[in-house]
Amino acid sequence: MKKTGAEILWECVVREGVEVVFGYPGGANMPIYDAMLSYPVHHVLVRHEQGAAHMADGYARASGKVGMAMATSGPGATNLVTGIATAMMDSSPIVCITGQVHAHLIGGDAFQETDVTGITLPITKHNYLVTHADEIAEVVAEAFYIARSGRPGPVLIDICKNAQIEVVEFSYPEEVKLPGYQPPSHAPKADLKQALELIRKARRPVVLAGQGILMSGAEEVTQQFAVKTNTPVAMTLLGLGAFPASHELSLGMMGMHGEAHSNLAIQNADLLLAFGMRFDDRVTGTLNTYAPGAKIIHIDIDPSEIHKNVKVDVPLVGDLKTVLTDLLPMLDEYDHPEWMQQIGEWKAEGDARSIMSWPEDGKLHVSHLVHALWEATGGGAIVTTDVGQHQMWTAQYYFLEKPKRWLSSGGAGTMGFGLPSAIGAWLANNNEEVWTVVGDGGFQMTQAELATAVQEGANVKIAIMNNNFLGMVRQWQEFFFEKRYSAVNMPTPDFVKIAEAHGIPGRLVTSPDEVQEAIAFARATPGPVLLEFRVVQEEAVYPMVPAGAALDEMLRRPVRAQAEKE
Amino acid sequence: MQYTLIALVEDKPGVLNRVASLFRRRNFNIESLAVGRTEKTGVSRMTIVTNCENDIDAHKIEANLYKLVNVIDVQDVTRQPSVTRDLALIKVKATPEQRSEINNLAAIFRARIVDVAPDSVIVEATGTEDKIEGMVELLRPIGIMEMVRTGQVAMTRGEHSGIRRNPGANGNGWHPEEYASAGAD
Repeated sequence: MKKTGAEILWECVVREGVEVVFGYPGGANMPIYDAMLSYPVHHVLVRHEQGAAHMADGYARASGKVGMAMATSGPGATNLVTGIATAMMDSSPIVCITGQVHAHLIGGDAFQETDVTGITLPITKHNYLVTHADEIAEVVAEAFYIARSGRPGPVLIDICKNAQIEVVEFSYPEEVKLPGYQPPSHAPKADLKQALELIRKARRPVVLAGQGILMSGAEEVTQQFAVKTNTPVAMTLLGLGAFPASHELSLGMMGMHGEAHSNLAIQNADLLLAFGMRFDDRVTGTLNTYAPGAKIIHIDIDPSEIHKNVKVDVPLVGDLKTVLTDLLPMLDEYDHPEWMQQIGEWKAEGDARSIMSWPEDGKLHVSHLVHALWEATGGGAIVTTDVGQHQMWTAQYYFLEKPKRWLSSGGAGTMGFGLPSAIGAWLANNNEEVWTVVGDGGFQMTQAELATAVQEGANVKIAIMNNNFLGMVRQWQEFFFEKRYSAVNMPTPDFVKIAEAHGIPGRLVTSPDEVQEAIAFARATPGPVLLEFRVVQEEAVYPMVPAGAALDEMLRRPVRAQAEKE
Repeated sequence: MQYTLIALVEDKPGVLNRVASLFRRRNFNIESLAVGRTEKTGVSRMTIVTNCENDIDAHKIEANLYKLVNVIDVQDVTRQPSVTRDLALIKVKATPEQRSEINNLAAIFRARIVDVAPDSVIVEATGTEDKIEGMVELLRPIGIMEMVRTGQVAMTRGEHSGIRRNPGANGNGWHPEEYASAGAD
């Protein structure tokens, strides 16, 4: 059967299960857009290609399927770059299709020619330059397989315009042949035995739950492991939702803005069980004093993560769910009453400092707002965020019971991620309630996608935490630069009017007694709704591990009695 | 310490760039890199010499190489019985009277003169890095005008093979019987 390269692309993409594509047309991908009209895919026209990459990413994170983004050559492709880097850092499976100039023009600085495979080489799991139509079927099959298997990640295919137009014989490759790509599955038995020995000896164990649990679908087996061995579970930022927040063994989030009792448990542990996490500097503090008394078992599918930041005692390289399923029947049951009691004491001390226990002061605190949102939605919404203070408060106070409902740019820390990823998540789950909690700074980076939200009728609720500051940078300047504020005070537009200009209902909320009603209004109104909250301008996220400090050297919020005295 | 790694890679455009980019991106240091065809069509072989503090750093390089989709196999031959060779072409300033002196020096190192010009000769030397360094030191006082070296290539002796620290590499380091259940999916 003869087909054009562009038709072959869609034949293959549809077979990969793609139903939604996020993109932007241009000169170098017009044949692809023309052929698309004959295929059963829903195309979401974005307002900036960065939005397309974040939407594909949000779609992937919320659904577990591969997200797909498209852009034309040159600036279209380079606009994807921030989104691709974000997906790379957070191991999110997306496939990006970019148009490229004619193969015979490559290297000649043709109009809108950019070396896209060169630019994206270090920020993709793999990428391809396709110069002939007969390569497309094989490349697309490989790209989707690579994106979703092993440690997932972004794959980019740059397709020359002539390859889109050429007519060749089409046959769908039934299997992918990649001799150099064999993601591991089981871990060696000898290594499992070593791990069992460490688990048997442990008195103060902690599970470090990472996003690998979600990627591998290991939520249930992780819970079985924790219960059987009576091991408390601390989560990374992206691991939130991997273990139920309400579970008695949950320690909540670890790291720079993690729960104090979670960080104290890690620092005092005698065994760390790292499940699909990578010892990022934001969760370890300085490595010199990290968990000094702990042996470490590290389970990860990516061998290059082993010993990368922290030297581990027993590496188990394999698929997390497979490894834990192998390990579980070999395990005895354990009990650590003294350890659990110690952690309980740390937790009680932390609760006394929690801002949730502070009296109402007539002002809007982001933590209180997130708590109100959590109560109103029964903790069941899909929540996306931007990056900064609001992100940390949302991580701290939107308690997640279920996986794949927390979408946040962790590794890359990409501002502007919140709104587009929420639109992507909604397109993956039309029936779910989707909220994006954003700051005034990050929201303005991708607010053009409001128009996309309207165009798609996306039922996405936007909560802007407006403090007229780039809050996290302001906090650092307050703590570490003697409060010399430099370029952090930000006048903002009237967000409600911006919403109205898009035909989006909006509400401005300035006092605590309006909060519940505003959230109820947003939930009851179909389609996108924007709430702007004028929050306390200068408030700090606590606890905080300063950069370069040990994980248990946290700046803490003063306890209430003390604060009232001062 | 110097580590010598052998990587088998798919012979496709851009693979050398991927390997070089990886070394730059991860801040690994390449002492030398030699690439060429192998006995199998479509497969190229790289010999990479790199400076690492210890085996853990060598593991990091191997693991990152292995992550590249086009890299089929990675072995560490540093401590394995192996033959390593470097080839050098050295153009030495030589009057007709000096030629015999250079010829004698070359003979000691089993090198040979492959080109003679009125005021220079080209010496071709093959051997371990040490041997070539030794010869270069002796030729330097005479006057080296130009030098080119291929970088090391390496091959293990007999049935020896390099150490593979990563699972799945070419199916070689992957011994299913050692794993919890055979027939990994």
